[in-house]
Amino acid sequence: MESKNNWSLYEVFIRSKQGLSHRHVGSLRAPDDEIALQNARDVYTRRNEGVSIWIVKSELITSSQPEEKPEFFEPSLDKVYRHPTFYQIPDGIEHI
Amino acid sequence: MNMQVELFDNKIEKDISIEPKDWMPDAYRKTLIRQIGQHAHSEVVGMLPEGNWITRAPTLKRKAVLLAKVQDEAGHGLYLYSAAETLGADRDDMMDKLVAGRMKYSSIFNYPTLTWADIAAIGWLVDGAAIVNQVALCRTSYGPYARAMVRICKEESFHQRQGFEAMMVLANGTPEQKAMAQDAVDRFWWPVLMMFGPNDDNSPNSALSMDWKIKLFSNDELRQKFVNNTVSQVLQLGLTIPDKDLTFNEETGNYEFGEINWDELFAVIAGKGPCNHERIEARRKAWEEGKWVRDSAAVYAQKQHANTQKAA
Repeated sequence: MESKNNWSLYEVFIRSKQGLSHRHVGSLRAPDDEIALQNARDVYTRRNEGVSIWIVKSELITSSQPEEKPEFFEPSLDKVYRHPTFYQIPDGIEHI
Repeated sequence: MNMQVELFDNKIEKDISIEPKDWMPDAYRKTLIRQIGQHAHSEVVGMLPEGNWITRAPTLKRKAVLLAKVQDEAGHGLYLYSAAETLGADRDDMMDKLVAGRMKYSSIFNYPTLTWADIAAIGWLVDGAAIVNQVALCRTSYGPYARAMVRICKEESFHQRQGFEAMMVLANGTPEQKAMAQDAVDRFWWPVLMMFGPNDDNSPNSALSMDWKIKLFSNDELRQKFVNNTVSQVLQLGLTIPDKDLTFNEETGNYEFGEINWDELFAVIAGKGPCNHERIEARRKAWEEGKWVRDSAAVYAQKQHANTQKAA
């Protein structure tokens, strides 16, 4: 077979309604941004599941590395004082 | 390396999803690429027996519904190709393998749609069977596959309902319509049961898939569930099931059924079904004759990109 023409891989994010943020729903292959947007509409919003679509070329996304999860996220694990339940407020004190 | 295996096994044991960049055994990755890829191929090939009746649907409503269903199947294929790509598979490579006969698709799509009643039977029985399988897969261990399944299950339920509804009209219609409905059930019942694969004790690949929680229920369990769900539906339509050995077991609550013709299943899988050649030919033709469209789109995109670079 001849070389594949390799349409770009895009990630698709959809805002389902006003007030909600965009959520990742999957990916698709397209030759350019315009077709990617139309394809995203056809593939991911057949039942009117979106008011807004973002498409981003997958290669442009930087992600954290799963194997570095412990070191990268560790500092947040033992800081319990960031949670409201850490603090004892006596009964009778309201609006806090 | 051993620690990675331990971490992986631990996730599987604790029902923690495996996500795309997580370490996973090569065999896990390979078997998932194969399973998800073949599932994707099944969706797209499945468009063909149904597409066959779009121009001949009996009413505008049925035509619109069938178009919507076939569009959904295309979408389902695309969700699954995307899931396979998260594992490092190449979409074009999977297409080449399908056309070359090195990747398979669900055996059921190698049967022809001879009458309009077949379209009703496919929606009701084939998609019904697929739903039993796919609901189980909603908790499969690989994250993207499970999420694709959740999405697909939501869309699939209208597929089954429209098929049953269309079948109801025929079963309650003229004697000719009722006979056509019965004929469709007679031809599709056993091939649908075969969709669930070989018996458990004849399915050596299942063990590893179940250890890794890719597969959560055995072939026989899922097949039994489908039979239990469906028998009363057939009877309530006033139709019969082409199985003289079908009996209800009061103790187990299961409908026990006759022996499946395994020779037929293995022959169809091996390429000797009624429509294997026709299905692959249709895919090959679409793939090869559409190449100029894919190539043109890619070249146009490159030109546009070069122009914006120049202008910048």
